[in-house]
Amino acid sequence: MAEPVAGAPAIDLRNVTRRYGERTALFDVTVALDPGRTLVVFGPNGAGKSTLLRILATLLRTHEGTASVLGHDLKRDGWKVRGHVGLLGHDPLLYRDLTIRENLRFHARLHDVPLARIEELLDAVGLRARANDQVHTLSRGLVQRAAVCRAVLHDPALLLLDEPKANLDPAAAAIVDPLIGAASGRTRVITSHDPAGGLAEADLALGLRAGRADLLAPAADVTTAMIGELYAV
Amino acid sequence: MRRAVSALLRKEASLELRTPQVIPAMALFSLVTYVVFHFGLRRNELEGDLAAGVLWATILFAAMLGVGRLFVTDREEGGFDAFLLAPVDRTSLFVAKALSMLAFLALVQVVAIPAFFVLLLGPGLSAAHTLDLILVLALADLGIAIVGTLVGALAVQTRARDLITPLLALPLLVPVIIGAARASSPLLAEHATALPAKWLAVLGLYDLVFGLLAYGLFDFLVED
Repeated sequence: MAEPVAGAPAIDLRNVTRRYGERTALFDVTVALDPGRTLVVFGPNGAGKSTLLRILATLLRTHEGTASVLGHDLKRDGWKVRGHVGLLGHDPLLYRDLTIRENLRFHARLHDVPLARIEELLDAVGLRARANDQVHTLSRGLVQRAAVCRAVLHDPALLLLDEPKANLDPAAAAIVDPLIGAASGRTRVITSHDPAGGLAEADLALGLRAGRADLLAPAADVTTAMIGELYAV
Repeated sequence: MRRAVSALLRKEASLELRTPQVIPAMALFSLVTYVVFHFGLRRNELEGDLAAGVLWATILFAAMLGVGRLFVTDREEGGFDAFLLAPVDRTSLFVAKALSMLAFLALVQVVAIPAFFVLLLGPGLSAAHTLDLILVLALADLGIAIVGTLVGALAVQTRARDLITPLLALPLLVPVIIGAARASSPLLAEHATALPAKWLAVLGLYDLVFGLLAYGLFDFLVED
């Protein structure tokens, strides 16, 4: 597994376009983010937020433009990025019939992570007592906590978080914050529908509408009203 | 690659042990098919070419059930994406799935082959010919597992995967059926004769060619 390139932007997208058949999901998006910073992506449903995350995760290719993550061009060296990215999406990426511990062991083996790390994370999110329960028996909030463990198991340099606290109550959100919040020190890309909460997390704000970047500015220069305009019908 | 294959195999075994789906379905399908052949052919006992044909048609159609389910859990529960995010050789998924399919076929045949002997096969099988038949089964199962894994990975990415799987796999597996039926027919005859080496070689060559093809193509199948 190749290391991130020192001094390079954590994310560098230039004129990125991605289509699904005839439909353009992202069009001509350009954005750069320094290591350790947080980009929050706003936009209504279908704006292209999840597509952007999947491109950064190397799960989707760009059709036009160039995309670099951690200093590696995704088209040419996408394999170098895998293992440095943690993805927490709407889907927890956990097998429903396996227990939390079995799921995490599977991911730990894929990422060559010591199994002791699993117990450390289970303690951190308060799931040790439920670790031997099958995922399909858990509430959505508990599944989301397990998914957080899965996303940070390999200590990724870049976290891609698709509405990460959507299923969490305030107490659970506080529990996972040291792992996926600003205090984690990781570069983060977060999608959000919460203007105030999102801006509080952001160093840089990106607003997408119909796949186009309608807004890109430092979070300090963005107001909740500007975010609200993205959602205007 | 070994680490990833081992992780994937453990996961497959855990899932199948926790909620058995594929193996019971394939075994039950095989038994029901023997009954269908029994009544359809109006024969109590089969031998030679007919016995080999019934045996291999049953194995092939039962295998389609396994191929159809091979990647479904991974696709529906996000395991596919999780694997693609890991820093591992993507061919390890092919190797693990093909080995899983091979294990499914072997376990099903532990039930289905004795059942075939009891329910349909007329002449008995000597110990030496039983070993020969196991060799034919091993080579044919390997071919089915390789092509099944390739087709399963392709089909699971389409909406009509249940239709695509047999439509793609069955034509590709015709050489396996021909080779396996021709190789096993003399073993299942009233007066059994030696295993024809030519058909064993055909099966071996098929496994080699499709194994290399699958190894080269699999990356492109799982990539966006």
